[in-house]
Amino acid sequence: MQRQSRDHFDASSIPDDLAPIATVLSGMLPGDWRSMRPLINRLKCVKCGLCWLYCPVQCVVEKPRWFEFDLAVCKGCGVCAQECPHSAIRMIEEMGR
Amino acid sequence: MSVVTEPSRSIANKPSFVVCEGNEAAAIGVGLSRPDVVAVYPITPQSSLVEHLSQMIADGRLRADLMNVEGEHAVMCGLQGVALAGGRTFTATCGPGLAFMFEPYVRTPGLRLPMVASLVTRDLLSPQCVWGGQQDAMVVREAGWIQMYCETVQEILDTTVMAYKIAEHRDVMLPINVCHDGNYLSFGVTRVEVPDQQEVDDFLGPPDINWHIALDPSRPMGVDPLTGGAGGVGPRNFVRYRKGQVRGMQNALRVIREVHAAWGERFGRYHAPLVEEYRLDDADTALVTIGSMTGAAKDAIDIARDKGEAVGLIKIKTFRPFPLQAMVAALAKVKRIGVVDRSVSFGWNCGPLYQDTLGALYHTGKSIPAISFIGGLAGADITVEHFARAIALTRELQWGRDPNEPVWLNEND
Repeated sequence: MQRQSRDHFDASSIPDDLAPIATVLSGMLPGDWRSMRPLINRLKCVKCGLCWLYCPVQCVVEKPRWFEFDLAVCKGCGVCAQECPHSAIRMIEEMGR
Repeated sequence: MSVVTEPSRSIANKPSFVVCEGNEAAAIGVGLSRPDVVAVYPITPQSSLVEHLSQMIADGRLRADLMNVEGEHAVMCGLQGVALAGGRTFTATCGPGLAFMFEPYVRTPGLRLPMVASLVTRDLLSPQCVWGGQQDAMVVREAGWIQMYCETVQEILDTTVMAYKIAEHRDVMLPINVCHDGNYLSFGVTRVEVPDQQEVDDFLGPPDINWHIALDPSRPMGVDPLTGGAGGVGPRNFVRYRKGQVRGMQNALRVIREVHAAWGERFGRYHAPLVEEYRLDDADTALVTIGSMTGAAKDAIDIARDKGEAVGLIKIKTFRPFPLQAMVAALAKVKRIGVVDRSVSFGWNCGPLYQDTLGALYHTGKSIPAISFIGGLAGADITVEHFARAIALTRELQWGRDPNEPVWLNEND
């Protein structure tokens, strides 16, 4: 979870029931409540990168021959499947994990 | 629209007197409070307030940035950014403008941003109208903003300045609506004392806006992260913040009294902070009023007193948070009450102030007869004659003559 370039802001002097703020990264990721997940057809993917450009949560991960998705972050919105010009991505129902 | 009587038209560097309308008094109060950013969109009957502010900024009398935005939604969104960056803010709106502002408006108290915004109260559409009434403010009485209703033009100026001190108090940190009646106060012209700028600076102190929540690269934090739901720490996080917000509102009851007392000591004008009792001590019958109608109501009380009737008046200044203790103390003195609202409660076939007054009555431990009056809707005048009728009907409660439904004062005007 350490993805911040600097130290966390120390909010200990601020009453914890005042204003809703977050100073540490939350473990709550979109993958926790996704109902659909993208499935990629590796044979069809030409690595054009459109899914990478469109993904609103930036969960597209590059592999040597295709793109994959970080399913901890993916929220299952389906934008990638909609935009893929080669129909290499389809959405399948999330069956639990 | 206004005339200078003494000595200078500019934001005073010593006490001065001007003759001005309520909207200009609010603008002068804002100027004295030195906001960093003013964001406005004009709407009747608020328009002249923001025109006065725009002029003050154009003339260099108020050194603030003026954001001319495309609508009230953008007003509040922009000002949230300003407050999160540490700036003192101001805006004013009413009626349909407030309705358009609603989405960011309801977020502001939860973010604990100490803003001050005037509500130049106006009746809600439809039926179409452009005149005063308090329905707009009453609709948002559960939005989490502090609401203080002014009785006079001088009180508008004074309350506007005081509002900054109350909002920015560290035990409060909540936004405030300073409400004044559209038309009757917004365009009502009286003599007003403008306090000395240095005195106001000393009174308010420097802005203290974003020590607790900020958009500030040196203090990186997520503002308004996701809470709630039914799992993890979500529910307890949401409850903790909401409970803190409710506590802030209750703290405001104390801070409002302290700030009004400090204002009186420094400037010599003591306004009732929560509830004003007028000729109440030996009264058996009382009217309950809110806002500018109170002037005519006090005249009617005086006339009834001259006739030997034991009547008094209870005026609400602070409606949100509701001043329960002060209200209970006042209600405990009388045997019957008539509550006059300039708006309606669609839920209870009465006025909203009437509804809350009945709630307070429960805490007095006694049950006394009460009657709801609704008047002054959409710019209608509540005259001394209307109040005389309200007093008469309220006194008749002692003989069991209860209309059992609200009395609409302007029904036959």
